Amino acid sequence: MNFVNRLRNFGVPFVFGVAFLAFWEGAVKFFNLKPYFLAPPSKILTQFFDNASRIWDAASVSGMNALVGLIAGTVFGVAMSFILSRFRFLNSLITPLAIALNAIPIFVLVAVLNNMYSITSEIPRRIMVSLVVYFIVLVNVAKGLTQVKTTHLELMRSYAASDIQILRKVRVPNAIPYLFTALKISAPAAVITSFVSEYFGGSQNGLGSRITSNIANSKNAAAWAYVLGACLLGLVFYLVSVVLENVASRGGGATNTSNK
Amino acid sequence: MSAVHVAGVSKIFNQGTPKQVDALVDVNLTVEPGEFVSLIGPSGCGKSTLLRLIANLLEPTTGAVTVNGKTAAQSRLDQDYGMAFQQAGLFDWRSVAKNIELPLELKGWDAEKRAARAKEMLELVKLPEFADLMPWQLSGGMQQRIAIARALAAHPPLLLMDEPFGALDEMTREYMQGELLRICAETKTTVVFVTHSIPEAVYLSNRVVVMSPRPGRITEVINVNLGESRSEDTRAADNFFAGITAVREALRGTHADHANAGAIRGVEDR
Repeated sequence: MNFVNRLRNFGVPFVFGVAFLAFWEGAVKFFNLKPYFLAPPSKILTQFFDNASRIWDAASVSGMNALVGLIAGTVFGVAMSFILSRFRFLNSLITPLAIALNAIPIFVLVAVLNNMYSITSEIPRRIMVSLVVYFIVLVNVAKGLTQVKTTHLELMRSYAASDIQILRKVRVPNAIPYLFTALKISAPAAVITSFVSEYFGGSQNGLGSRITSNIANSKNAAAWAYVLGACLLGLVFYLVSVVLENVASRGGGATNTSNK
Repeated sequence: MSAVHVAGVSKIFNQGTPKQVDALVDVNLTVEPGEFVSLIGPSGCGKSTLLRLIANLLEPTTGAVTVNGKTAAQSRLDQDYGMAFQQAGLFDWRSVAKNIELPLELKGWDAEKRAARAKEMLELVKLPEFADLMPWQLSGGMQQRIAIARALAAHPPLLLMDEPFGALDEMTREYMQGELLRICAETKTTVVFVTHSIPEAVYLSNRVVVMSPRPGRITEVINVNLGESRSEDTRAADNFFAGITAVREALRGTHADHANAGAIRGVEDR
C-alpha cells in the first residue's frame, strides 16, 4: 500500500518527465531542428557534464548572492516585523506599502543599485535579493505576530501577563509557522532574483549572466546546460526551506503550518 | 465577604458617538463564596460583558466591581480567578501539561512545582495519561476539560466561564456539566457561568440570573437549587422542569416587552 502510494507520488511524474524528454529528443531528430533553434536533451546533458566545473563555479556565485540576500532579508524582515507589531500606527503606514511593493517587480531596481557600486561588485545583487526577501518576510511575520486569537489574548490578560510575556509566550510562537511559510516563498524568489539581477550588467560570473552570454554566442545547448544548473540550484534552496519547516514544526507540533 | 460584588455598574461602548451601545445599565449582583451562578439571556443582553467586567478585561463606565473584597483590577493582578471560554483556547505549540502550567509559569513557579500541579489537575479532570500529547490530538470535550484544568491550576477561588460548552455536542455537554459540578464541589470553587441554554443553567446553578437586551440589564434572579447530589435522574425530576419553566417564563417576560415594541415596527420576535 505504502509502496503503491510512493509509486503514485514519485513514479508517475517521473515517467511523465522521461516521456517528455524522449518526445523532445524525438521532435528535434524528426523535424531536424537546427541546434540554434532547439537543442536536444542528450546534447544539453553532454554540455552539462562537460561544463560541470564551470557551471558549479557560476552556481556558487549566484547561490552565494541568493543565500547572503536571503539571510540578510530575513533578519531585517523579522526585526522590522517586531517593530511594526509593537507600534500599530507604523503598521498601518508600512504594511500597505510593503504589500504594494511585493506586487511589483522591484528587482528592476538592481540597475539603479549597480550604478551605486563598482562594476565588479556583488553587493547590488545581494541588496536586491535581500529587498525581495525582506518584504515577503516582513508581511508574513508581522501577520503572525499580530493575528493572535482573541481568546489567547484575553487569557493572557486574565493571567495579568505583561506585554513582553504576551510577546514571548503567544505572539512569537504564533509567528513561527508564518516565518517558515515566508522562507518557503522567499527561497525560490531569492534564487530567481539573484539570476535576474545578473541580466542588468556587472561581472559575468553567475548562472544568469552565463545563460545570456551563451545565448549571445548562439551556444544554445550550453545555455540550456546552465539553465539546468539554475533549476537545480532553485530546487536545492526550496528543498532546504521545506526540510527546515518540517524540523521546526515537528519540534513545536504546530498544526497551522499551511496557514498563510 | 462576597466572592463577587457588582454595584450600580453600567457599561457603554463608544460613548458619545453614533455607534454608542448601552451594553449594561445599572447592574447589581452579589455572588457568595461557593455559589454557582449562571447568567442567561438572548444575544446582546450583556452577559459576556458582565463576565468581562468581573474579570477586569473591561472597565465599567460607572459603578464598581469587587472580587474577593478587592477591586476587580487588583484581583486580576493577583490571579484570583480562572477563566474558560467557548473556544478551549489551548496553545497549539504547547503540550497538554505545558498548557496547564502556563498560568503558573507566569506566576513564577519553579518547574518541579508546576509539573506536580499539572499532574494533579490532569487527575482532577480525569485525563492523566494525556499530559504529553499536543492539543490537536484531543477531542473537543477533552480540550475543554484541559482548559478547565488550566483555569483552576493556580487554585483560584473563582471560576469565570463564557459559554464553555457552547461548541460541544449534546451528549458531551451533559457529561461535561456533571464533571464541572464534581470538580467545583471538590475544589469548592465559586462559579459565574455564561450560557444561553436554559437546561444547562438550571442543572448547574444555585441561582440563574436572567438578563434582557437593549439596554442590557438584569430582569430576574431565580433560585433553583436542585440539591448537592445531582445526577442523570435530576434531569428527569419535577423540580428540574419547574426550574426550566421558571427561567423560560422569566426570559419570555423580557421577550414580551420586545414583542410589543416590535409589533409597532414589525421586527424580530424570535
